Amino acid sequence: MTTAPMAGPTTRLDRARPTSVQDLRVRADWLRIEVINMIDKAGLGHYSSTFSCAEILSVLYYRSMRLDPSAPDWADRDRFLLGKGHAAVGLWPILSDLGYFPREDLDTFGYIGSNLGDHPDMRKAAGVDFSSGSLGHNLSVGLGMAMAARLRGSDHRTFVLTGDGEINEGQVWEAAMAASHYQLGNLVAIVDANGFIGSGPTAELMSIEPLADRFAAFGWHVIELDGHDVETLVATFDDLPAPESGRPVCVVARTQKGKGVSLMEEAPRAWHVGCLTPEQRDEAIAEISARMQEVSA
Amino acid sequence: MTSTTTDRSAAMEDVFSDEGQASSLNLLGRAMAELADRHDDVVVISADLGSALSELRERHPSRYVELGIAETNTISVAAGLAASGFRPYVVAFAPFGMIKCAEQIRTDLAATMMPVTLVTRLSGLAMGYFGASHHAVEDLAIARSITNLTVMTPADNHATLGLLEASHESAGPVLLRVSEATAPVYSSVPDLTRGRFVQVREGTDLTIIGTGAGVGCALGAAEALQEQGISVAVLDAAYIKPFDAAAVLEAAASTRAILTVEEHSEVGGLGAAVAEVLGRNGVATRLGSIALPDADLEVGVPAELLDHYGITVEGVTRKAQALLTTGG
Repeated sequence: MTTAPMAGPTTRLDRARPTSVQDLRVRADWLRIEVINMIDKAGLGHYSSTFSCAEILSVLYYRSMRLDPSAPDWADRDRFLLGKGHAAVGLWPILSDLGYFPREDLDTFGYIGSNLGDHPDMRKAAGVDFSSGSLGHNLSVGLGMAMAARLRGSDHRTFVLTGDGEINEGQVWEAAMAASHYQLGNLVAIVDANGFIGSGPTAELMSIEPLADRFAAFGWHVIELDGHDVETLVATFDDLPAPESGRPVCVVARTQKGKGVSLMEEAPRAWHVGCLTPEQRDEAIAEISARMQEVSA
Repeated sequence: MTSTTTDRSAAMEDVFSDEGQASSLNLLGRAMAELADRHDDVVVISADLGSALSELRERHPSRYVELGIAETNTISVAAGLAASGFRPYVVAFAPFGMIKCAEQIRTDLAATMMPVTLVTRLSGLAMGYFGASHHAVEDLAIARSITNLTVMTPADNHATLGLLEASHESAGPVLLRVSEATAPVYSSVPDLTRGRFVQVREGTDLTIIGTGAGVGCALGAAEALQEQGISVAVLDAAYIKPFDAAAVLEAAASTRAILTVEEHSEVGGLGAAVAEVLGRNGVATRLGSIALPDADLEVGVPAELLDHYGITVEGVTRKAQALLTTGG
């Protein structure tokens, strides 16, 4: 079973660094196992929303974003905001692996005194560029960061990962309007479009489609892709339009809630929040491990 | 109604015009331009109040951000700028910039300790002519309950300048609640210490604690009462949070009664804060408050509304006399 973290670099990481598509696929599955183990210790957590963005997080953190884990406050780092803050359990293994905080911290997840909660808190965990938890805020915060970059003459990008349910929030569209008005080509929104809000399918409860058309109508450059297709994610983030193009970028990533664990793919809503039984946990880890070995072979 | 249409029109213009004596609009616009002159990290963000910022727009165009009628976005954008090392000032109408955005202020500014100053104009009943939607009479109650938020309520233009400068040094977020109906209290920028009331006047019979427009009313009443042989101390609650509990306890010990004056709901504002301090410390004293009732409020020209609810020199004088003679 490959659950040990991969040796993480702790010095400055450039964009488009040479990490293979195969390795990034393995890392996404490694992340799923880490998440299962963390929630198992904590007793409760958000599985299926985290699994829908596992490939996106893997590609951004291990290849596409410019970072310096040894200097979390480096002014010219790319920013990452987890608008869908309930997927924080998917952030913690990555940040720890990259060297932002010790691996032992993962064992404290969800307990009093921990720096790692069910949603990200920038005042507690190193590597968190902004707190989240209340849906719909982070695209605005990212807009402020993109404006700050322009004012300072920094070439960093700001990436904001939102859920598709999250963009039911009206504030998202206030931000979308302002981003194109100010021609913030250094702002990248990624919509993890897994098709669910907490109580059921987005399409039935509050449709947000046609998503791509709506962002385009607000003046954004829109790219629609399969959010689990690592090769396409890599190519897309390697080749984002230049910030000078003046159009904020929206990547509509079509994803599957609970992706990678059959019992969650079959009952995505049931696994929005929960805790696997020991048998289900072993079954899920076995399924993921088998796939990792297949990919690595 | 005794006032003429012309009078009413003039009274309204005075509130909204760049030129009006009572208006803080021109004063704030100039003060923020000067703040930006002195500090490179100041960025001013407007939610459709850019007309008040002409000097800033002229001198520092890149540090003026207009976000239109989208207050929630405005607060969160300010948070993003602050997280990147700037000190944003958000200028907005009190009912919308503060009350509509309570959650953004709590979550994106206060829980994160972002050094953003929210300057709210036309608080209280200043837009009382426009209806219940435009009354901003719950903002102090909301703001007081938000952990990490500093709440400043200037008594006049000089205090506004002092508190605006102080806000630039604040470690976390600040609400600067600007009253329109103030009378001059200070002849120069007062000496203001974070979390401390200002002793505007000394007295031995009664302490009147005012905040915002309430301080000028308190001072006028103190002078009227002096002529009747009643010695009145006046405190300016320039900071509603942190709150000066020591000054309240001292007032209870040194005078026979305390009267609070505020252009805010009687629920959760200055009067409530003073009552909490007395109650928590087991101090019994005679306490009166002038505030807006917890009821549907009238709509009308601000000066007439303030008169209606007794937030005037005469109203405070009457209430003070009643408090000292009959207990309220």
